[in-house]
Amino acid sequence: MERKKTYIEDIDRGIYDIKNDFTYRYKTDKGLTEDIIMEISREKNEPEWMRDFRLKSLEIYNNKPIPTWGADLSGLDIDNIITYIRPDTDMKHSWDDVPEDIKITFELLGIPQAERESLAGVGAQYDSEVVYHNIKQELIDQGIIYTDMETALKEYEDVVKEYFMKLIPPNDHKFAALHGAVWSGGSFVYVPEGVQVDIPLQSYFRLNAPGAGQFEHTLIIVEKGAKLHFIEGCSAPMYRVNNLHAGCVELFVKENATLRYSTIENWSKNMYNLNTKRAVVDKNGTIEWISGSFGSKVSMLYPMSILRGEGARSEFTGITFAAEGQHLDTGTKVVHAAPHTTSTVNSKSLSKDGGYAFYRGLLRVAENAYGCKSTVSCESLMLDNISKSDTLPIIELNNDNIDIGHEAKIGRISDEAIFYLMSRGISEEEAKAMIVRGFVEPITKELPLEYAVELNNLINIELEGTIG
Amino acid sequence: MEKYLLNINDLKVTIEDKEILKGLNLQIKEGETHVIMGPNGSGKSTLAYTLMGHPSYEITQGGIQFDGEIINEMKADERARKGIFLSFQYPEEIPGITVEEFLRTSKTSITGEMQKIIPFRRLLKTKMEHLGMDESYASRYLNLGFSGGEKKKNEILQMSILEPKLAILDETDSGLDVDAIKIVAESVMKIKDEKCSILVITHYNKLLEYLEPDYVHILMDGKIVKTGGVELANQIDEIGYENIKAEFSNI
Repeated sequence: MERKKTYIEDIDRGIYDIKNDFTYRYKTDKGLTEDIIMEISREKNEPEWMRDFRLKSLEIYNNKPIPTWGADLSGLDIDNIITYIRPDTDMKHSWDDVPEDIKITFELLGIPQAERESLAGVGAQYDSEVVYHNIKQELIDQGIIYTDMETALKEYEDVVKEYFMKLIPPNDHKFAALHGAVWSGGSFVYVPEGVQVDIPLQSYFRLNAPGAGQFEHTLIIVEKGAKLHFIEGCSAPMYRVNNLHAGCVELFVKENATLRYSTIENWSKNMYNLNTKRAVVDKNGTIEWISGSFGSKVSMLYPMSILRGEGARSEFTGITFAAEGQHLDTGTKVVHAAPHTTSTVNSKSLSKDGGYAFYRGLLRVAENAYGCKSTVSCESLMLDNISKSDTLPIIELNNDNIDIGHEAKIGRISDEAIFYLMSRGISEEEAKAMIVRGFVEPITKELPLEYAVELNNLINIELEGTIG
Repeated sequence: MEKYLLNINDLKVTIEDKEILKGLNLQIKEGETHVIMGPNGSGKSTLAYTLMGHPSYEITQGGIQFDGEIINEMKADERARKGIFLSFQYPEEIPGITVEEFLRTSKTSITGEMQKIIPFRRLLKTKMEHLGMDESYASRYLNLGFSGGEKKKNEILQMSILEPKLAILDETDSGLDVDAIKIVAESVMKIKDEKCSILVITHYNKLLEYLEPDYVHILMDGKIVKTGGVELANQIDEIGYENIKAEFSNI
């Protein structure tokens, strides 16, 4: 008898894979030299301190080894990555003014529509520069600043200088140093004390050029008692050469403030996604991370929360979906550096068709951080026998007046559960899809609506394959 | 020739190369209630799983005819659509899928008709009331954190919503207290009135007081060794399986 197997289809990449012709106003040569850094800085017309910062970062970069403790990065050849590409346009504040091909790309990705319907402001970056930025007038009236990093550096130089790469210093690791040297684009958000933004802001990062790197810098400062939801979306079309994404996200959450940072990352499968994200949270403040990792060839991504004020909270909700040829090494780090801080980690991963999903987490409680509470739960579901999953949750406790709960589960999709659903008339494919949907349900309900729909669609797209 | 809803003929079944059913015969007509009793390990649950089409149970000989068709090769979902229902001894827990969502999908699949949300919710509510289940169960994840008794009630709820032609109740009475058994029995009687045939698999006779079975079969070592009326169940209650066994080894 012919045996059939069913599987959950990959994300339909149709929209994401549309490539535009590679046109640009300026690009650097491949690779990384002092001259290239000077060129980037000159091209951007930057203050001297930033140029020096870049050069210092380059020096650190050159002296740091490639990390070998995680995913295999041997396929990454920095010397062949173009670090800076200025698209053939200046930044616009109206979609009408954005060049047609770039506008069409973002329209297919649903960005202008989302802005009209459900967002307070939108930024869109194409290759190395932000091509569009807009924010609703009422937010401007409340004193909220939402702009691209280049503009921020010009108009709010003192603020940028105070915060830029203070949370993620260039000597943190090799790719942080690389970022410090070649960063370009990204978003700057400043929410003044007591201002609560109820609808989200969204930045979308699109890398169109082949063999390029994207190094956007996101800097968000949420002042005392303020509140913000920020959404970050990323995608790129598929090329045969490898691309690199090494962005940095630095989040400053002040006393009693709340920041929710949602990311859906859907890079193409030639992308090395080596992103660094970090938040520092003051007294009674809250950081909420929502993190969806679906794309890329290799990801190493561990958003980190430093709870430095008494009573600070962090919540991490993450979903990772590794399919054929993907090694997604994801997780989160939490440092309890003050008393009575709390953290929750809820991570789920799926792997199929030989994909490899690795959960790597760190929970560190400092000596003085008594009365802390932490709950960590990581679950992995493998959809077939050729896929892999691992979990490596590291826990470092430096005092014993704490309440820690930890749960890790790795399993394959259960034949008995499939049989149970089938015995109620549900087909094998639908039964599997239901189990997978149920598995990720606690995550999907946290996602912004359009992404939840996208995730459900991806699980709904099933195929029946045949093995002889 | 008499028309049977279920006709099992000289059925041999192995699991992991071990033969469990060794030439079982059983005929059930529309609207009849049959009981299969037997000691642990006699093959009762194997029979239930085989009838439902569990892929680990391999039929090596004989056949199962249901509603005029040999179903040996049919997958579980096809059998369910043909009208077979199994109330599981140990129902699976499925996180993230609510009872309502699951049952609506299931009913849609079995009837081939899209179940509209509002009328379906009304139907579900009525059936839950009959079973003394709190409404909140509809929005809970399927069997997750349910007690043993709640899981069994949830099986019977599914049965009464899906309205099968043949309901197989595998140890449904175990884990239920006296009151719950009575409530479950009432629901079973209701679908019996709708001409549904019932196959009760048990090693007690708690449910039988209410169900008035037409036949009681004794299953031992993979074969039906004795068939009688309800008095047979009472006899087992008095003398136990060991004595019945002795009776057969004497022949």
